[in-house]
Amino acid sequence: MTGAVIAQPSMAARLTGARVGRRRTVVDRSMRTIAMGAAFLCALPLAAVLFFVAANGLSALSLDLITKPPRALGIGGGAANAVVGTLQMVPLAALIAVPVGVLGAVYIAEFANSRSARVIRFCADVLVGMPSILIGVFVFTFLVLPFKQFNGFAGSVALAVIMIPVVMRTTEESLHLVPNSLREASLALGVPAWRTVLSVVLRTGLPGILTGSMLAIARAMGETAPLLFTALGSRVVNVGDFGRPMDSLPLFIYVNARQPVDALNQQAWGAAFLLLLIVLIINVAVRARSWGRRIG
Amino acid sequence: MTSATVTAAARFGRAASRVPDVVFRSGSGVLAWVAVGILGLLAALLVANSGQALAKFGISFLTGTTWDPIAGIYGALPFIIGTIASSFIAIVLATPIGLLTAIFLAELAPRRVAIPLTFTIELLAAIPSVVFGLWGVFVLGPFLSRTVEAWVVDTLGWIPIFAGPPFGVGLFTAGVILTLMILPTIVAISRDMITAVPDSQREAMLALGATRWEMITNAVLPYARSGIIGAVILGLGRALGETMAVTMVIGNRPQIPQSIFDSSQTIASQIATTFNEASIGLQTSALISLGLVLLVITMTLNVIARLLVWRVAGPQGTS
Repeated sequence: MTGAVIAQPSMAARLTGARVGRRRTVVDRSMRTIAMGAAFLCALPLAAVLFFVAANGLSALSLDLITKPPRALGIGGGAANAVVGTLQMVPLAALIAVPVGVLGAVYIAEFANSRSARVIRFCADVLVGMPSILIGVFVFTFLVLPFKQFNGFAGSVALAVIMIPVVMRTTEESLHLVPNSLREASLALGVPAWRTVLSVVLRTGLPGILTGSMLAIARAMGETAPLLFTALGSRVVNVGDFGRPMDSLPLFIYVNARQPVDALNQQAWGAAFLLLLIVLIINVAVRARSWGRRIG
Repeated sequence: MTSATVTAAARFGRAASRVPDVVFRSGSGVLAWVAVGILGLLAALLVANSGQALAKFGISFLTGTTWDPIAGIYGALPFIIGTIASSFIAIVLATPIGLLTAIFLAELAPRRVAIPLTFTIELLAAIPSVVFGLWGVFVLGPFLSRTVEAWVVDTLGWIPIFAGPPFGVGLFTAGVILTLMILPTIVAISRDMITAVPDSQREAMLALGATRWEMITNAVLPYARSGIIGAVILGLGRALGETMAVTMVIGNRPQIPQSIFDSSQTIASQIATTFNEASIGLQTSALISLGLVLLVITMTLNVIARLLVWRVAGPQGTS
């Protein structure tokens, strides 16, 4: 961080006597080594999780896992119900959350006075830290309880509630990076503010907005707790009927991991491999791009 | 458009007067306030739906030790203790490791080491909770019960809170899983806080003859202290509310744990495992009251943590 300016033992250390100097050097050296050890220790769990999910998941991976629903009775079949459910609920959630999050961020970054911007930002931050199970309970009380029916729509709304603050905060950050001279140039040409925002500000901030949205989607894809009492999960493939229960990959993993049947646990590993693969691909792709920009 | 009013600071503050501008501006304003609305509605609905149980039990809801749906008695203490105990284990393990890692990444590591390592830790945060849970049940739990837990029970087992038997399922495994899940939060935010310390602090310390490590402990960490505390509290907030992974490894027994290897249940895991089978009425109301307790705890922590982090890095600093 500070660069290589000052790494050699200092003058004072040499002057205060060799013994004290040596002790200080030893402390310095050993603490730096311990810090390095801690950092590599942090990287270990990722490797361990990846290894075991790959080792157990690859053997469970088959075409059946993606194309067949679970058998009505007994074991066998696949996770088609979960794959189909995730592929419906997550896009609908994104359809709700991305416009709200992006335009909300536009308001905070471009229009709001600093006091209301602070309030909104603060609430968004608190929402990001909200336990996701509470979001499930919250959506349950107004989209499930009144209709006495668990439904996929409630699941999508719950996921959207999780995504909105994430999209909002990342979009806002990328809008702050748009140079003011661009705004001024556009306004000076007589372009109205709304067009300036749409075609200059949002356009310039687009890479950052896409990054934030994709990360939010990846996060929503892996969420289980908000779906437990909203979408509930379903053993049949539900295509398009958002008024009825739907399954998702995380729900499938959770349910199958808790069965005392080895074959079902294997299916959970297979689904976990699939989920982790998608989530990590999105994360690596998106982050590698923004890392590239930061370095380059 | 009066161009003179469009200053850099005011951005579009006063620029809009045409109809589309007003529509766009107020439209986006409404969507921005949705975030505030969600938060308010969430709190209001949890309060409204927990009324039945809270009215019946009052303060004894928090202190009661029995949770018996058949008898209709609901006391939340076992879950509150389970939540605090598992998160406490996580904070005790994650704070030193996370802080040392942040120090290494911000102060000591060369860029070619720091960048891939940061990337790896960011990816750790991307692993879905349920995948952590699956790994915890089938890999980490059995591993811990054979190694760490067996060793602790053998050597320290005479102390009640370390008493066995180690099943690999229970508070300790939950605490370790939580450690992994909150490490990325603690590392990322503490690193940002350390990076935000001005170089003049470091230079002054080094000019006095300090070693690198003395510089870190005497100049950098004190300066970043409130931000680092904020990072730890944010991690704690995450640990308290984490649901799936904990639900899968904690053993799901609604009892007050006597040892760190006992099966237990947290607020979140109790809601997760029993909400669907709960009969609508007093039981759901009691579960939503549990949720309300969790909401109050995590929101308080979050607010404190945000204020601390903002104090160091400013409100736009860290997400």
